[in-house]
Amino acid sequence: MSAPILTVRRLSGRIAGQQVVENVSFEVPATGVTALLGRNGVGKTSTIRSILGLIDRTGEVTLDGHRIDRLPTHRIVQQGVGYVPEDREVFGSLTVGENLRLAERDDRPRRDFVAQLFPDIHDRRAQRAGTLSGGQQQMVSLARALVNENRLLLVDEPTKGLAPKIVDEVAVALAEAARTVPMLLVEQNLHVIRALADRVVVLSGGRVVFTGEAADLLDDEDRIQRYLGVHDADAAAEGSSR
Amino acid sequence: MSTVVLLVITGLGLGALYFLVASGLSLIYGLMGVLNLAHGSFLTISAFLGWEVGRRVSDGTWLGLAVSALVGIAVGAIVAALTEYLLIRRLYERHIEQALVTVGLSLASVALFEGIWGTDPIYTEKPDWLGQTTVILGAKIPNDRFLLIACALLVLGGIVLFLRRTRYGLIIRAGVENRSMVTALGIDVRRSFTLVFAIGGAAAGLGGVLSSVYYGYVSAHLGSTLLIFAFIVTVIGGLGSLTGAAIASVLVAVLQQFANFYLGGTGDLVVVIALAAVLLVRPRGLLGKVA
Repeated sequence: MSAPILTVRRLSGRIAGQQVVENVSFEVPATGVTALLGRNGVGKTSTIRSILGLIDRTGEVTLDGHRIDRLPTHRIVQQGVGYVPEDREVFGSLTVGENLRLAERDDRPRRDFVAQLFPDIHDRRAQRAGTLSGGQQQMVSLARALVNENRLLLVDEPTKGLAPKIVDEVAVALAEAARTVPMLLVEQNLHVIRALADRVVVLSGGRVVFTGEAADLLDDEDRIQRYLGVHDADAAAEGSSR
Repeated sequence: MSTVVLLVITGLGLGALYFLVASGLSLIYGLMGVLNLAHGSFLTISAFLGWEVGRRVSDGTWLGLAVSALVGIAVGAIVAALTEYLLIRRLYERHIEQALVTVGLSLASVALFEGIWGTDPIYTEKPDWLGQTTVILGAKIPNDRFLLIACALLVLGGIVLFLRRTRYGLIIRAGVENRSMVTALGIDVRRSFTLVFAIGGAAAGLGGVLSSVYYGYVSAHLGSTLLIFAFIVTVIGGLGSLTGAAIASVLVAVLQQFANFYLGGTGDLVVVIALAAVLLVRPRGLLGKVA
């Protein structure tokens, strides 16, 4: 494992006074995709949001050796952390072009790279983002993060609620992005995880219960059932039905 | 026919005044969720200082009025930005504290203005043409209404251009929709908060100077009086919607004028009933977001 780009130590997070992340510690290597897994409601999204400072948190978070847990969210992102939120959160009243322009953090945006990766979105630059399909909105959300040079991508459930064909397109885009930037990926779809993840971190009850190579988890039916609450056979069936 | 024309155009003039106050209120609420009860104070201080400087430069002339307007805009912007920076910034997401602080500021500023300029209205001079009338379709329209309408249209156009054509405008439009996501794109949205307060304060400042032209006086209570109607306009238009505020300003003012004329001076009452009706039938207002 290469030196970590992100180190999380004893991270706890609260929403409206309720503890949603409890003393979580893990590392994200400087290359490849690290999948943050767990059953529904274990605190995966809250962990990502805690790292970004979008919810009240305590603990230590370092990016490439530098503490970021005392910085406000916009400063953390400016350090080179791209964020693709759960449920896309595109600005529906803005056009696709405006969504992308808003996301550009410096004067060297990677517009050509994004246009190449998402040609459909590029063709719809003048369309209001709120009128796009869920899949197209997800592309916009990904494009917003990828239009900048990042040191780390935090990607939260990018295939949630998408049609199977779109899931494949999103997975391809993520694989392309992962060639140049390390990624912490929250994902429920085991097929996407199998295709993308190099390492996994599993949360249960707000705590880390497993960390290791992706294969160590994904090749172990018992662990999948125990940690994720699904049978890989079920997931395979689900995948073949796509 | 001439009565209807008179009521419509004077209503548009009054609506222009409401819009100048309501546009800032609406933008501020839309982006920051702050119901700024001190907004009337920005208007009053701008009216007083605009009048003080304008009359010293050239009282009762276009030059004096232009200077008053520039001073009013500058004072409104500066006072509003300082209010945001020194008081409101610490209270985002704390709505009760915001209300208490802005109400307190409003009450304290009225007392301060009364202490400086007295409790009685101070009558102001204006260019001769503004005191005359122009006949349109048989109706004698006071000329100052045309000035109010023109200024409100300029402000509306300016704000729309700013929101559509500048990066800060883009940030504000996005922030009205989803503030935390703007932050998560690496943008310091607090700078936009100060800017929006300044823009709202500038519009209110211009409104303050123009209200002294409309009413013919400045007084410590100028802002409080207009603020009530501006709030009604903002709620009817839909909190956070600039277009809604513009439409509601016209509707409320014209309705008020017609009710005052045809229903025995019941304009204020009718407007409040209209507000209640909108809240019952369409709580988010004409163009407001769904909560």
